[in-house]
Amino acid sequence: MSGPSTYNPSTGIEKWLDERLPIIRLGYDSFVDFPTPRNLNYWWTFGGILAVFLMIQIISGIVLAMHYVAHEDYAFESVQRITRDVPFGWLIQSMHANGASFFFVAVYLHMFRGLYYGSYKAPREILWILGVVIYLLMMATGFMGYVLPWGQMSYWGAMVITNLVGALPFIGEAIREWLWGGFSVGQATLNRFFSLHYLLPFVIAAVVGLHIWALHVPGNGNPVGLEARKGKDNKKDTLPFHPYYTVKDGFAIIVYLMVFAVFVFFLPTVLGHADNYIEADPLVTPAHIVPEWYYLPFYAILRAITFDIGPIDAKLGGVLAMFGAIGILFVLPWLDTSKVRSMRYRPLTRWFFIFFVVAALGLGWCGAKNPDDFVMGIEGFKFLYLGQFLTFYYFAYFIVVLPVLGIIEKPKERPASIEAAVLGTDKA
Amino acid sequence: MTEENGAPGADGQEPSRRDFIYIAAGGAAAVGGGLVAWPFIDQMNPAADTLALGSIRVDVSVVAVGSEITVMWRGGPVFIRHRTEEEIAEAQSVELNALPDEEARNDNLPAGTPGTDANRVLRPEFLIVKGNCTHLGCVPLGLGANTGDYDGWYCPCHGSHYDTSARIRRGPAPENLPVPDYFFETETTVKIGLSPEEASNSGWAVS
Repeated sequence: MSGPSTYNPSTGIEKWLDERLPIIRLGYDSFVDFPTPRNLNYWWTFGGILAVFLMIQIISGIVLAMHYVAHEDYAFESVQRITRDVPFGWLIQSMHANGASFFFVAVYLHMFRGLYYGSYKAPREILWILGVVIYLLMMATGFMGYVLPWGQMSYWGAMVITNLVGALPFIGEAIREWLWGGFSVGQATLNRFFSLHYLLPFVIAAVVGLHIWALHVPGNGNPVGLEARKGKDNKKDTLPFHPYYTVKDGFAIIVYLMVFAVFVFFLPTVLGHADNYIEADPLVTPAHIVPEWYYLPFYAILRAITFDIGPIDAKLGGVLAMFGAIGILFVLPWLDTSKVRSMRYRPLTRWFFIFFVVAALGLGWCGAKNPDDFVMGIEGFKFLYLGQFLTFYYFAYFIVVLPVLGIIEKPKERPASIEAAVLGTDKA
Repeated sequence: MTEENGAPGADGQEPSRRDFIYIAAGGAAAVGGGLVAWPFIDQMNPAADTLALGSIRVDVSVVAVGSEITVMWRGGPVFIRHRTEEEIAEAQSVELNALPDEEARNDNLPAGTPGTDANRVLRPEFLIVKGNCTHLGCVPLGLGANTGDYDGWYCPCHGSHYDTSARIRRGPAPENLPVPDYFFETETTVKIGLSPEEASNSGWAVS
């Protein structure tokens, strides 16, 4: 999408088309001859994996929508019917439900890759921000999709999340009723969630297009964090995307799909929640409401704010912290003051990053537990306290660690070029 | 435009008719855009038939002293507890300043009314409140399950305790359980969804 095109239409039809709609040229320049750093490791394969999973979700979802009934009296039954009576419904429903989890696994690994290798730094800020937009859209889509089977967790998850909006001062309750389309989560809510759940994946696909466009302007980052050189040295630092990375991505996609298949065929319900096999009941709350696993860290942050902060009460504070945890990612490119992209050359920050990953996983653990239970049975050490400590670290990593260490840390020596890093004696 | 009715522009030149047309056209487009957008936003609000599902009638004679029932109103639960003398006395003895939320939260009374037990009920023996925790909307547990530390309700989701007047006493919930509009049609029949005032204005018999 950038740089001089190397496409040469060879047949008459290609020439004819190229003068009218150069779509083959676009594909060729983007995915065949695109110069890609020669040192990309397997952490760079998750972009391709994510594209595959977006397609899996859209195709399986369109099929499910042919059989699903978005009505509070029939939704639950219609999903059961899909898994039992519709030909191959069991397979397609399992692909869609587990596909969501595998989509999120891939997106989290993709994001941690970006955090570790500094993929958000200039000139890739827009690329990173578009990625955060995609992530937010995924969260909204996944949340609404989880409501559709209309089980107990569907209903009460929707109730808790929409009630969060009620925490906003003055307008909160009006917005909540507007979201519900009634006085509670009900038929109107289910119907509109179905409509939006069908819409948003196509919005995601459009933003993915922008994401790839923004990627192809500066080109890929890479593990050493150096830009591929321009001009005649460019060939020494890069390889054409095809066949080198089509094959590497393809291999990773196949391995990932093999793990996916294990879940689809042998553990189809293991990532779900038993309570969601009970039909939604507005009069009975499940003993322990938990969101889908991929929201757990943010659920823990929501519950960590149990105290008022000035004029902000605890409930609103929790909501602000939860959305702030994602919102802060938008400004990350300007919080990290270091010019060095890759953590390989940032000996101190690297450790803070590793603990950041541990903290994110730990927050997920806290989100799954009752906040008043004790961590590993240690008397007095509530999950609430662990969640509060990890929430503090989560924000401190962005607000304190990255801005300060970028100034005081002495980075390790970096290789002269990608070529030197790959082919030279440098073992970095 | 002439000098008398037009101020000089930023570049020192007189604003022209064209400037006026730009601003007028831009303003009309903004207003028009808003007018077109509004129906698409407002359609998500509760529909007329949803709003019309206003009221239900409940026979409270089946609720024995010291027990409670849950009825469904507007898609959510409403608690009706027939309180014992002890529960009433316990609710009445609480000082206002002991309450995290000092307002009555009673739709039958003006906003800001103090949250004494008397302002939470029409008849002291029957406490009628909406049954969604004011924290995140879970249904609190009550008699027969867990009445919490204040003998009212206990929300299992995040540990909010409500007293025998369904006022929040401890936990993350910010407000008392709200009292819906209701009135006594007869000695034993409650109509939920209309306040006594609205009911008598509309010609209902109010007991």
